[in-house]
Amino acid sequence: MTDDKDVLRDVWFGRIPTCFTLYQDEITEREAEPYYLLLPRVSYLTLVTDKVKKHFQKVMRQEDISEIWFEHEGTPLKWHYPIGLLFDLLASSSALPWNITVHFKGFPEKDLLHCPSKDTIEAHFMSCVKEADALKHKSQVINEMQKKDHKQLWMGLHNDRFDQFWAINRKLMEYPAEESGFRYIPFRIYQTTTERPFIQKLFRPVATDGQLHTLGDLLKEVCPSAIAPEGIDGERKNQVMIHGIEPMLETPLQWLSEHLSYPDNFLHISIIPQPTD
Amino acid sequence: MPSSALWAVDLFGRVYTLSTAGQYWELCKDTQLEFKRVSAATQGCWGIACDNQVYVYVCASDVPIRCQEEAYENQRWNPVGGFCEKLLPSDRWPWSDVSGLQHRPLDGVALPSPHWEWESDWYVDENFGGEPTEKGGWTYAMDFPATYTRDKKWNSYVRRRRWIRYRRYKSRDTWAKLAKFAITKMKNDEWIDGCMGEWKDSRERSPPLALWALVSQSQVWYREDVSHPNPEGSSWSHVDTPGEVVQISCGPHDLLWVTLWEGQALVREGINRNNPKGSSWCLVEPPTSENGIMHISVGVGVVWAVTKDRKVWFRRGVNSHNPRGTSWIEMVGEMTMVDVGLNDQVWGIGYEDRAVYFRQGITPSELSGKMWKAIVASRVCDRSHSGSSSSLLRAGCFFGDEVRVSGDSCAPSDTDASSEAERPGPEPVPAESPESPGNSKGSSASGPGTTRTAEHASEGASPADQTPGPEPRPGPASTPAELPWTSIDLKEPKKAPSHSAETTGLSSLEMLPLGLEEPYCADDHPLWVWVSGGGCAVEAHTVLKWFTAQAGLSSSMQTLSLSITPAQTAAWRKQIFQQLTERTKRELENFRHYEQAVEQSVWVKTGALQWWCDWKPHKWVDVRVALEQFTGHDGARDSILFIYYVVHEEKKYLHVFLNEVTTLVPVLNEDKHSFALYTPERTRQRWPVRLATATEQDMNDWLALLNLSCCESRRVLGRPSLQAIWSITCKGDIFVSEPSPDLEAPEHPLPCDQMFWRQMGGHLRVVEASSRGVVWGIGYDGTAWVYTGGYGGGCFQGLASSTGNIYPQSDVKCVYIYENQRWNPVTGYTSSRGLPTDRYMWSDATGLQECTKAGTKPPSLQWSWVSDWSVDFSVPGGTDEGWQYASDFPSSYHGYKTMRDFVRRRCWARKCKLVTSGPWLEVPPIALRDVSIIPESPGADESGHSIALWAVSDKGDVLCRVGVSELNPAGASWLHVGTDQPFASVSIGGYCQVWAVARDGSAFYRGSVSPSKPAGDCWYHIPSPAKQRLKQVSVGQTSVYAVDDNGNLWYRQGVTPSYPQGSSWEHVSNNVRRVSVGPLDQVWVIANKVQGSHSLSQGTVCHRTGVQPLEPKGQGWDYGIGGGWDHISIRANATRAPRSASQETAGEQGLPSGPSSVAGALQEAVGPVCC
Repeated sequence: MTDDKDVLRDVWFGRIPTCFTLYQDEITEREAEPYYLLLPRVSYLTLVTDKVKKHFQKVMRQEDISEIWFEHEGTPLKWHYPIGLLFDLLASSSALPWNITVHFKGFPEKDLLHCPSKDTIEAHFMSCVKEADALKHKSQVINEMQKKDHKQLWMGLHNDRFDQFWAINRKLMEYPAEESGFRYIPFRIYQTTTERPFIQKLFRPVATDGQLHTLGDLLKEVCPSAIAPEGIDGERKNQVMIHGIEPMLETPLQWLSEHLSYPDNFLHISIIPQPTD
Repeated sequence: MPSSALWAVDLFGRVYTLSTAGQYWELCKDTQLEFKRVSAATQGCWGIACDNQVYVYVCASDVPIRCQEEAYENQRWNPVGGFCEKLLPSDRWPWSDVSGLQHRPLDGVALPSPHWEWESDWYVDENFGGEPTEKGGWTYAMDFPATYTRDKKWNSYVRRRRWIRYRRYKSRDTWAKLAKFAITKMKNDEWIDGCMGEWKDSRERSPPLALWALVSQSQVWYREDVSHPNPEGSSWSHVDTPGEVVQISCGPHDLLWVTLWEGQALVREGINRNNPKGSSWCLVEPPTSENGIMHISVGVGVVWAVTKDRKVWFRRGVNSHNPRGTSWIEMVGEMTMVDVGLNDQVWGIGYEDRAVYFRQGITPSELSGKMWKAIVASRVCDRSHSGSSSSLLRAGCFFGDEVRVSGDSCAPSDTDASSEAERPGPEPVPAESPESPGNSKGSSASGPGTTRTAEHASEGASPADQTPGPEPRPGPASTPAELPWTSIDLKEPKKAPSHSAETTGLSSLEMLPLGLEEPYCADDHPLWVWVSGGGCAVEAHTVLKWFTAQAGLSSSMQTLSLSITPAQTAAWRKQIFQQLTERTKRELENFRHYEQAVEQSVWVKTGALQWWCDWKPHKWVDVRVALEQFTGHDGARDSILFIYYVVHEEKKYLHVFLNEVTTLVPVLNEDKHSFALYTPERTRQRWPVRLATATEQDMNDWLALLNLSCCESRRVLGRPSLQAIWSITCKGDIFVSEPSPDLEAPEHPLPCDQMFWRQMGGHLRVVEASSRGVVWGIGYDGTAWVYTGGYGGGCFQGLASSTGNIYPQSDVKCVYIYENQRWNPVTGYTSSRGLPTDRYMWSDATGLQECTKAGTKPPSLQWSWVSDWSVDFSVPGGTDEGWQYASDFPSSYHGYKTMRDFVRRRCWARKCKLVTSGPWLEVPPIALRDVSIIPESPGADESGHSIALWAVSDKGDVLCRVGVSELNPAGASWLHVGTDQPFASVSIGGYCQVWAVARDGSAFYRGSVSPSKPAGDCWYHIPSPAKQRLKQVSVGQTSVYAVDDNGNLWYRQGVTPSYPQGSSWEHVSNNVRRVSVGPLDQVWVIANKVQGSHSLSQGTVCHRTGVQPLEPKGQGWDYGIGGGWDHISIRANATRAPRSASQETAGEQGLPSGPSSVAGALQEAVGPVCC
């Protein structure tokens, strides 16, 4: 019998094989070899690329180095999106490994946030966790936690320690026995086809008649275009992807929130065009 | 908590029930009768119908209400014809009762009422005090009356034998009319009200009952001498009242209040055990003079009243010493009536809306509760078993399965359930007999009690009561099957009841579709007139679904059903698992050589704990503890626990590799949250590391983390394997071990101190497993539980626990203390002054520990009190008003006073309750004492067959479960297997051999049990070993072992397929508390006492070594984990030692044999395990 706990592990230990190459226009003293790395899907680019940075800085002059940023096929990669989300959204149909270009110059100010240090990532991560808990429990759980618990969440993510993280995070996933779920489901829906960065609305896990809301219910409500069939065969033109998989639209949203949320406690859902093969 | 039901009557006189687990009011069958009031008990309900007759509704259950009739056949020896029926003129009747005084021919024994039927014909009882007699069952004596013996001697002039026959109550799930209950000679007594109280303290076998009736002319009557063994009572006595009584209410204990026509209340004072009638009335004025009291209801320690202006009042300060209380407190709300039910919970009928209200927030500390909450459950118009096609259709189209489920669970059997569960369970550990939570059965005083009255008093046999009644206690089982319940309708002219029975039968079928459909279902706002919570067990943590209107299906998440829930098999779930696996393969498989972005690091958790310093100064010492977790190159996790302490200002530390830890045992005691940590070494020494934390949460965090670390380093994750070995500590904690294949190896088996035990959530007294994944447990309170396939729960949360299959669980037991007194010439017996050398005046059973009422705490911090102290009258050996006398402390006590007795003691009991969670689901309704599941023959493919499971109920009934399978481990229903006396233990072994032990200590073998005939055909009596009373039996593939009261382990010699009863008992060992024989005929026991190098341990798991096909008794013992262990079930482990190691089942769950191959020298005991 497979247990739902295994899903948490699978989600946590998701890895994307990545090939980092230095941008061709960067000035180097000698040729920069590509760098291969397994990136944790649930982490953030700037949190796990110390090795990449070191690798490429070795071949560059000190004065040519400013803030590092990443790009995939021309799209700057937002470090404040989880890696798995970036991959699903931008590269899920391309071949592995994922090719990421590394830049040290020309920071695209209008596309990316600066990330001066890991404290910035921590601050961003914690604010997401807090926002999620505000939706789930009116912030009651996160506020009851001690500072060290917050730290343990962050360090768990930072050090890729599943147990350490989940020892605290499980408290954020609980809900009162008399309810059948959270108050609202923290989710964000991303589409490549629109300018809008993402959709986020208030949505409850349970309908007024007591029925559990499903992923399909959510999309119908907040993003109907995502699941609208198109074409004569009635096939959907979009894929609904979380953590590299396509859950069925019948999946209860509460279950998804408990098991497929990213460490920031949000369900990051990518709507991407159906690959044409 | 099992579900139980609330009963109510609507404006049309129809009776409905609402289950504590349900959401719908369900109509009682039998819709022709209209009722005025009902009074519910746990097993059924009494009602006064509109014809002013008294009816009883007994809920059906798998265990029949059966009652033994007996008659003796007496013969005298005659020189001419030998023994014959010709007796001397001075002799007794040839057919008589046991005393010989009453003539009792077999054909003269009639059924007491049409509600009974015979189960079988008369047969001779061949069992004589636990010993089988010669064929024919004769016992011999020199003369009548005399002491009879089994053996015929030269001077045996007379003989007699016992004939028995069982009758069974048949009018269940229907309203049965009781004969009119002649109290006075007046023809037209009309029942107005009545009630019954029950002195149901602690473990008493037959508590006296107090029966009060109010009949026309406002007369109050008390029935003398009513008790379970004498349910008819002896006579009515009139109790004068100083006014015209209109309503009466008595509580489960000593409260009796009546309402007067003028609006005052009368309180009966001076009621106690010795004077159940009380001595005098005392007038209580209504809260306000202009509005008198209209209705009163009392419980154990509460009184609620409704006055004529519909206001509700709570009486402050009511208790046994002051039944009057002190003053009235006005409550919010206007009611037409209120009813106090079990646990002093309160229901009422609102005046405005005639809705049923439940008083929320009533706890022992806050008896008046917090607020009224309206019950808005909607009504289902049929009981699911009504069989009316139209109703089925309705159910089908509106509610799908749900209705059936809730219907079923609401069905009467559940009412039983609660009562069963509340019944004091088996008490294998005499010191902790589980007890009913709360003084249940508060037949609160409402009207219908009358019925009850009726029944008990004149007819005697309230069948409903009966089941709860004869609480079979272990101990000297008195006459077998002491079901003294007679029946209903003793005096009723025959035709009337039968007539009523018929009508009800027919009406239930015919009237339902007609009568019910339209008018009552359509109306969504029912009007109620009466409610009774006497059978409805609601406790603080009970989650009720009564308060929200249900539209459609509730979320399937909540369905408590063991068969795999739809959510688990749902396509979406499968797809997620499958896709995640595919994703991992796609994204990782070809790229494993890539570097990880984040290097694994060491993670350290530190904390401030206390550590028990085992050498000087022998006390708890503050320590700092650090757990360092690191990941090896192979990805395996390992951890070291460091304990830093300071002695003599010197800093020192101790460390433990978690991969060497064999068990972590929570040791909750009165004031510390502590746990013990064992390694093989420390198990041998009986010397665990003991650590304590400041708070419960801290301990749970540490335990969960340490357990997880241990499990990870041994790669034991997820649910236990099918072969797992289950065990239970004396505190009720559950442990599981994955058997290593070399555990049962013929040579160099794995020493059992190296077994790794991990804890499962939950609280049990008994657990039994089979290798097909079916695991059952029994709580201290006798509740049966089935394993759900989850893991964790209890103190394990988060990662150490499975997401699903964890449910709340509760258990109840009793704590006993002793009051000791010494006689002195001036004051008589007194507890104020003993001799200086005496024991404490309040002590434990041994007298060594002082235990006062105020100072005694529940056994651990997990338990909390749910009752007050009360005298235990059911001490083995009998008591005189609770007292046991002796010449001096410590001594053997007797239940009566003699001239030479200078000291006496009595036992006080108090119930406590524990609430936890674990992978267990209740199997209602019958409380069990023992259970056994057939072990699978190794290698045999028996999947598909249902799994044989036998049990003994807490009353001693033998039961066989139908429909148990891997997919439905809880099975479907019980099959009752008749016995002539209460049983104590049962075991089913290979080839369906069923052995059992009766309460009298003798063994029985059940003949002809097979998959096609699961209950077998008859019992064969097997005498116990000489002068020993057996208490437990375990049957393996072929071996049969039994344990007696004195701790001896016996092997049954000569068991062969053609003669499965065997020939004799052979002594194997002493010092054994419990035995479990597995499918490989391996023998494991819990030993009483084992000496380690550091301390003595009581209750140790031991493994019999050298057990071979040709040497089934084995040679010696190997000691495992302990002390403090109480139960083990080895019966799922059919893992043979590997010839080829590949067929190892354990796989990822298997035990990677021990930390190191300390091919430990077996502590081979030459003799028995003793010290």
